Amino acid sequence: MTTPAVHIRDLWVTFNHVPILEDINLDIRPGSYVGILGPNGAGKSTLLKVILGLIPPSRGEVQVFGQSPRKLRQAGSLIGYLPQRPLNNPRFPVSALDVVLMGRFGRLGLGRRPGRRDKEIALMNLEKLGIRHLAHRLIGELSGGEQQRVFIARALALEPRLLVLDEPTIFLDACAQDDLYEMIHHLKEELELTVLVVSHNIGAVAAHVDDVVCLNRRIHVHEPPPIGRLALESTFGCSVEYLFHGEIPHRVVRRDE
Amino acid sequence: MGKFPTGWCAEMSELLGMGFFQRALVAGLLLSLVCGALSVFIVLRRMAFIGVGISHSAFGGVALGFLLGVDPLWTGIGFAVLVAVLIEWARTRGRLEEDAAIGILFAASMAAGVIFLHLSRAYNVDIFGFLFGNILAIGGRQVGEIAVVTMVVLAAVAVFFKELVFLSFDEEMAWVSGVPVAGLRYFFLILLALVIIAAIYLVGIILVAALLVIPGALACNLVRHIRPMLAVSVAAAASACLGGLLLSVVLNWPSGATIVLLLSLGFLASVLLSRRRAGGGG
Repeated sequence: MTTPAVHIRDLWVTFNHVPILEDINLDIRPGSYVGILGPNGAGKSTLLKVILGLIPPSRGEVQVFGQSPRKLRQAGSLIGYLPQRPLNNPRFPVSALDVVLMGRFGRLGLGRRPGRRDKEIALMNLEKLGIRHLAHRLIGELSGGEQQRVFIARALALEPRLLVLDEPTIFLDACAQDDLYEMIHHLKEELELTVLVVSHNIGAVAAHVDDVVCLNRRIHVHEPPPIGRLALESTFGCSVEYLFHGEIPHRVVRRDE
Repeated sequence: MGKFPTGWCAEMSELLGMGFFQRALVAGLLLSLVCGALSVFIVLRRMAFIGVGISHSAFGGVALGFLLGVDPLWTGIGFAVLVAVLIEWARTRGRLEEDAAIGILFAASMAAGVIFLHLSRAYNVDIFGFLFGNILAIGGRQVGEIAVVTMVVLAAVAVFFKELVFLSFDEEMAWVSGVPVAGLRYFFLILLALVIIAAIYLVGIILVAALLVIPGALACNLVRHIRPMLAVSVAAAASACLGGLLLSVVLNWPSGATIVLLLSLGFLASVLLSRRRAGGGG
């Protein structure tokens, strides 16, 4: 059996004795496209941060490609990450190309400047995302959708094996959302990536991914996604999502209390 | 303003020939270079208050030097580095917000400074020099110290330039990409502490934060890419320093305060300029 891309056993995360994630067990196959769904405050971003190594587990075990996330990071990260709010300061004085080059910095190591090859990789990734013509524009001048593409290009510039996207469509309209998921699917095939997407938008995610993980402090896994009714329900929002949960055919890994 | 018109040029050339003024110029320009460069990062990382905290904390260290009878520069550096490290440590522990940590540490070390001074009974002109700067009285050895600090800090900024930019842009992302964020944060704070102590000769403890904030803020108003921003910031610091020194000698004003006032005027001008440009652009 191949090593899972992400392997989580008995994971608990607590802040000030309040559990954020409870007893999570999850295996993600290499090469799969997985959507993590759940309402606000379900612990979706926390789960991603545990996988990235940003938050240490309170209890349990997490492995990414057979290694602990922190070890993996030191060895030169294999995880490309799109944070929920990647631009804290819209007036930050760097160009789109500068931002994509940042994806190379971890690989380059301390004190080494990006060379011609790094620049080529950065430009190639901008090209892949269809925004090479924006390379020299200031990041803050770009539209929300264009910025999102720049940050995905940065995640890819790292040459990752796992791509982790936190609410990638939050600032996009419906059409742009579909485009984005389509594009990610395409990139996944081309670069043989494993992709993890967090979202609270069931419809958009369920239409594109291979597996759905429902998270609300605990986990339910769906294989394959029950697309039809879920997609229908997406317009109703989060509460419906959970009322709905018992009826549809799915495999419950851990049962809710 | 009586001195200004008559024999101004002659006076200038005479000044430039004097050792004390040459030393002041060299020290001032070196410090402008390093403060201008760090200033951009301080503004981008929104660390202005840390600069104030560290510089005021240095007062405790300087006073300790007087009490123990050792060179206040070294006790000042020790104190400033210690406070910088404590601020960062308190932040990472997560028990205390950064601004609260700075507020507590800087008040505590100033209080300690007052007690040290009281115990040493050394209320004298040296203290005033440390509070408000006394660049015209600077000695050759001190110029040497400033030169060393400048070289070290500029070299460090040049070597770790890409990491500093990434950290300022998004620390979490930098961490995920494998950049040693925690170490670099400490490193940057220690650099900052060194520069602050060196810059105390120029403008003193009270005003040193101005030198670390205004040039960067001014440059942010005028240009929009990081490299020209560094150049503009350094140029602004250097011209304020040069102009301030000359003006202070001619008018017989305190030099540190004159430099900071000129810088502030420059900042005001940059605000007006950027307003006009924004208005004209659309």
